[in-house]
Amino acid sequence: MGADVGSPSKTRKCWPKRWHAVPVGLVTDQPLKQTPLCAEHERLGARIVPYAGWKMPVQYAGIVAEHNCVRQQAGLFDVSHMGRLEITGPRALDAVNRLITNDLLRVPNGRAVYACCCRADGGILDDIIAYRHSPEHVLVVCNASNLDKILGHFESELGEGAHLVNLSPTTGLLALQGPRALDIINKVSQKPLTDLPKFSFASAKITDTDALVARTGYTGEDGFEIFIPAGDLAACWRSLLDAGKSYGISPIGLGARDTLRLEACLSLYGHEIDESIHPLEAGIGFAVKLDKSDFLGRTALLERKAQTSTRKLAGLMMTGRGVARDGYAVIDAQGHNLGRVTSGAPSPTLGRNIAMAYLPPALTAIGTTVQVDCRGKAVSAEVVPMPFYKRSQGN
Amino acid sequence: MTGAKEVKSDRLYTRDHEWALSQGDEVLIGISAFAVDQLGDITLVDLSAAAGQHLDAHQSFGTIESVKTLSDLFSPVSGTVLRINQDLLDKPEWVNEDCWDKAWMIAIRPDEPLKSGDDLMDSPAYATHLEQAG
Repeated sequence: MGADVGSPSKTRKCWPKRWHAVPVGLVTDQPLKQTPLCAEHERLGARIVPYAGWKMPVQYAGIVAEHNCVRQQAGLFDVSHMGRLEITGPRALDAVNRLITNDLLRVPNGRAVYACCCRADGGILDDIIAYRHSPEHVLVVCNASNLDKILGHFESELGEGAHLVNLSPTTGLLALQGPRALDIINKVSQKPLTDLPKFSFASAKITDTDALVARTGYTGEDGFEIFIPAGDLAACWRSLLDAGKSYGISPIGLGARDTLRLEACLSLYGHEIDESIHPLEAGIGFAVKLDKSDFLGRTALLERKAQTSTRKLAGLMMTGRGVARDGYAVIDAQGHNLGRVTSGAPSPTLGRNIAMAYLPPALTAIGTTVQVDCRGKAVSAEVVPMPFYKRSQGN
Repeated sequence: MTGAKEVKSDRLYTRDHEWALSQGDEVLIGISAFAVDQLGDITLVDLSAAAGQHLDAHQSFGTIESVKTLSDLFSPVSGTVLRINQDLLDKPEWVNEDCWDKAWMIAIRPDEPLKSGDDLMDSPAYATHLEQAG
């Protein structure tokens, strides 16, 4: 979809942004990159938008239909825009471990950990998943928008004995998520993956392709993330959609990916977390192991932990009529500023408007009533437990 | 033409995809199928304009929200608001179901009779505008 540059509009209007289904993310002057599946997305009728420098599908059938499909059946996502870095060498694990908040020494080979890469002052450079193949081989997945930053950071900080390769251009990444994801992957995997524990990964043959399959995801559902050589990505995408047909699978765009992760209260870089926020206030303290060996940001985070924090991430349910959106102010009954909304949307699963927001810790008790300044209109909201959605056991 | 590029020949359009339909002394205002397609699933329509209020052309009369975004609604013409579509406040999904009729938003008595021009396109001009918009 091209911008309406030719029209001599004299008004203040800003089409197409005004009607855009998703705010255009991090647009640069660089030409947009495309994943090996761009033609597949277009063939499936996807709406393609610029996102973090990539041409990405934002929706196919519609955000709500896709969202519900992942909650009830299964969905397949192209997330090849995310960064994939391989670190090998005698010091690979130690070198990565020094740059992340979680501890790769506490998990066995074949296990992944969620972590932050922090600056020395504790600010979050990115949130990542680190996959421990062995002490000499680690894979790191980072956000598309932060790939260049993390590449530079790792290049300058890893040190001797750890060799960094950017696998992003030569590989692709799919996410298969939902209650039927296991049934579907078992149809195309040479060996059953039923017993692959959460946050574990293994080599697998998906149809005829050598893949790495991890039991991870970003939706709040059971599911898998599948690393595939770029040349085999389209064939693998098609075989998963074929295998999933009888289970009701759909391709899922970035729009539903965002509402799914919001219901599950999973952080999105640039919203809940960024360089001005440290992980302890962002509700991801579980990914920070302060008692492990030294890592970048540890000293600052220890200091922060000793101090009284000024803000904390909280879940909001709108009780008045309005949707809290990213950047809206949270205010008290007198209109005084209390904090800010980081993400918000109507929740397709709950049928209510939900949001996450930074608030003073004293105001994050469940049941606290606040107001959200929805473009000049004060709309009531209540602090509720996070996550908004938790899948039922055995699912 | 149906779907996102559907255009009705009985009304005029802004570049920003509002429509204005003359019915006797009044003009009904709504948004086109293209705008609805861009927005996706509509979840909330908020009409801030009240009966009796005078609106200038391009003045906001409310907002519309979908799962992912919020947009202002701008009046295509100057005039006095006669009534708003109260049903739409409780049934925002009407905009997805029928943006041309059931989901009219406000009725205005225009200051001047409606005519096509720079700001308001007739349906062939609007269809061309949509083609250019991609």
